[in-house]
Amino acid sequence: MHELSVQMTVNGQARAATVEPRLTLADFLRDACHLTGTHLGCEHGVCGACTVLVDGAAVRSCLMFAVQADSTEVTTIEGIESSDGELSAVQSAFRDCHGLQCGFCTPGFVMTVTAFLRDQPDPTDQEIRHALSGNLCRCTGYQGILKAVHQATGGERET
Amino acid sequence: MTEVAAAGATRYAGRRISRVEDARLLTGRGTYVDDVALAGMLHACFVRSPFAHAAIRSIDTSPALALPGVHFVFTAADLNPGAREQWHTAVGPKSPETPRPPLAEGKVRFVGDPVALVIADSRSIAEDAVDLVEVDYEPLTAVVDYAHAEQAETLVHENHGSNVIGEIGGLPAAALEPVFASAAHVVSTTIHQQAYAAVPMEGRGLVVDYSRSTGELTIYAATQSPHEIRLFCSRLLGLPEHHIRVVMRDTGGGFGQKIMVQRDEMCLMLAALKVGAAVKWIEDRRENLLAAGQSRHEHAAVRMAFAPDGTIEAAQIDFVSDCGAYPTPWPVGTAAAVGMLFPGPYRVPRASFTTKSVYTNTVGRVAYRGPWQFESLAREVLLDIAARQMGIDPVDLRRRNLLAQEDLPYKNPNGMRYDSISPLETLEQAVEMLGYDAFRREQADARTTGRYLGVGLSTYVEPSTPGFGSYATEGATIRIEPSGRVNVYIAGGSSGNSLETTVIQLTADALGVDIDDVATIQGDTALTGFGAGVAGSRSASMTAGAIRETASILCDRIKAIAAHKLEAATEDIELSRSRASVRGSPTVGISLREVAGLAYFEPSSLPPGVPAGLEASARYTAEAGSIWVNATHLCTCEVDIATGAVKLLRYIVSEDCGPMINPNVVEGQIAGGVVQGIGGVLYEHLAYDEDGNPVATTFMDYLLPTATEVPIIEYGHIETPSPGPGGYKGVGEGGAIGAPPAVVNAVADALSPFGVTITRLPLTPARLVGLLDDCTDR
Repeated sequence: MHELSVQMTVNGQARAATVEPRLTLADFLRDACHLTGTHLGCEHGVCGACTVLVDGAAVRSCLMFAVQADSTEVTTIEGIESSDGELSAVQSAFRDCHGLQCGFCTPGFVMTVTAFLRDQPDPTDQEIRHALSGNLCRCTGYQGILKAVHQATGGERET
Repeated sequence: MTEVAAAGATRYAGRRISRVEDARLLTGRGTYVDDVALAGMLHACFVRSPFAHAAIRSIDTSPALALPGVHFVFTAADLNPGAREQWHTAVGPKSPETPRPPLAEGKVRFVGDPVALVIADSRSIAEDAVDLVEVDYEPLTAVVDYAHAEQAETLVHENHGSNVIGEIGGLPAAALEPVFASAAHVVSTTIHQQAYAAVPMEGRGLVVDYSRSTGELTIYAATQSPHEIRLFCSRLLGLPEHHIRVVMRDTGGGFGQKIMVQRDEMCLMLAALKVGAAVKWIEDRRENLLAAGQSRHEHAAVRMAFAPDGTIEAAQIDFVSDCGAYPTPWPVGTAAAVGMLFPGPYRVPRASFTTKSVYTNTVGRVAYRGPWQFESLAREVLLDIAARQMGIDPVDLRRRNLLAQEDLPYKNPNGMRYDSISPLETLEQAVEMLGYDAFRREQADARTTGRYLGVGLSTYVEPSTPGFGSYATEGATIRIEPSGRVNVYIAGGSSGNSLETTVIQLTADALGVDIDDVATIQGDTALTGFGAGVAGSRSASMTAGAIRETASILCDRIKAIAAHKLEAATEDIELSRSRASVRGSPTVGISLREVAGLAYFEPSSLPPGVPAGLEASARYTAEAGSIWVNATHLCTCEVDIATGAVKLLRYIVSEDCGPMINPNVVEGQIAGGVVQGIGGVLYEHLAYDEDGNPVATTFMDYLLPTATEVPIIEYGHIETPSPGPGGYKGVGEGGAIGAPPAVVNAVADALSPFGVTITRLPLTPARLVGLLDDCTDR
């Protein structure tokens, strides 16, 4: 199959490869970059487990081709904690609030929430729920996740 | 929580300890099966049937094999002869299982039935090749409507001679006729539940890696039970068990779907021996919804007789369940549990039941969180219908009949002996937490303004921690290393149940050591002793037992060594905070690190009869056939009568799982189960059309609850210790049992002014609007 060259910055590191045009960004990150924290839960853009940041915007990496991410800056779950291994505020809040169980959906939630709170640091409960509505979790019933997002905003949880 | 902690002060059990799993899972450093990459690894993809029922006339694999990068295309003729035995350890070799050809042989029996297996350089090439495999099918009439499967001319499995898999019943219904004939009130209905499924966020998957030179097979798996995969595989392939190693570090949820090996996994095991390289199969979402199994598709005619004051005099259930084409395992025993548990946590003097399990040309029935939850759905919905018909408040009707602690032990009319439960107490706690009377006033006020609020509740009792067969024991190995740090080896594995954290908490308490000094190694059959896996809400109690048995050996040894060194009596030594000290003289002591140093490096200094080292293995055997656990769920909702939309307002769970090892984990398990139950009532439907075509094979069609729909869940805890280790009970499944009837009853209560009776799920907006349109009072 005809291949195209692609280059991007992933978690601050330059990456270049020659790929099939049909290769998704998710598969590029997982297979070519060996960044397996980005998970595939549906491969049709509903579950949000594969969410990464492309030039700062939260996108579903299963719905984007690697070649579409040419010349972008991509951040994955592996690039969220600080360089000395300290969890980000969002990651810490998930840990504190039992916001994960099996952990499969968790990277997608962390990426979605990271972008959301950057753009909207003081959201209402309704806004938080709306922001999370594109990510599916089957373990937690979203209870700990909602609590974690409230904690990460520094606010109390509304009930 | 005294038993497990007997060696030292309880410092960790009962506390909201942060999970040790989280550091890796939050940073993308977990290891799920799809994260495993081996040198030279190939990729598998199945050719699956597009027909619900068809004869396979021929399969032409040559166009697929001609595609560059394709290594093998296996059909039944290639793989099936390699299958030797194929029985699951929990049910044994004598269970009358459905014959399960690994790949479809001669016929396909549901849409998604695996027909051929392509092995290629990459998943995308394998998928390309799947499209090139030419299968000539002769479509046959499909058995789709399970309610009429018994009468259908077409047989799903001809050799079985019937579409009825099996029937188990209790006391014949005729025996209760005099009771029903003379009862003041008899209430009956038929309740239908739709098919829905576990739907873990990670599908199934395996990496198989066979070495022809050594005869060793390594399997990386998405599983709730690595040891079961090893045992099953050894029997399937005829390989010695110790030549197989199964590894699972992280599994992305299971909820029952990943307990037992199914046909797809068998195919990978069989292919492993033929390929000569590692092979990875990762189920995609479409396959998961097509082929990983269904649950919950069932109905029952139910009936209760009441005295004039609402006292239950008899209960009857006649239950039929759809088991699809290839149920795993034999489903008839689970169906019987529906019948036996139907009386629930109530004083029911007489009961009868029949159960029938039938084949259809749909995906097979598999275990799913609370596999017999229909007993609670049917009973609790019937009780609310009865309450309305008799003009008794549903809380009062339950109060008059629920078992209270003073009634225990209590044997239900089907012979189930309940003990250590608190049904009435959980009901009262939930009612109190809601402010039930105030809600009824709010509801009445709302109705005057055209708003329809409802409240629904359900109370159940379930057997956790099965104590028989392969589930009856659990082992642990504890190694206190020469530095005094502790490693605990237990079958376990991370699939969302927080077992690593649980094991560390329990071990730290049992040995009297700091929690930071304890680590655990799980999910690898090469390193851990046999354990039947995460199933039957067994892990808390069984793990606590295994750690108690093992830690007690080491505590005795540490005390003996410390007493000898400190010249004190062994019985005066206390273990706490990673130190052994003399009771009453806390300054006189020795650190665990020093004890370990003596045990490993100065064996001649040990007291007579004490072996060197600080390692022990032991195995706990369950003392009872099951551990009972109970809860009351109570929820409120508002129904928009124009659109049929249901909004859940408050959701309260009062449960009794005994003492909690970690309240975060307990509440997390309850919440997950509750929201799965809510999904089952309001959104999820693994639907088929009348020809047996699945119509919900993406997340656009199979609707899971999202953060916008879920209520905040409020928890009440009643603590009645079980007779098992630590007094613990199982809490993994109950949420999914209690939630469906509570939600149905709340919606029915909201719509009660219209005379609506709900007996069929799911409660989609369209169904509710249809019910309202059909009633005359609107």
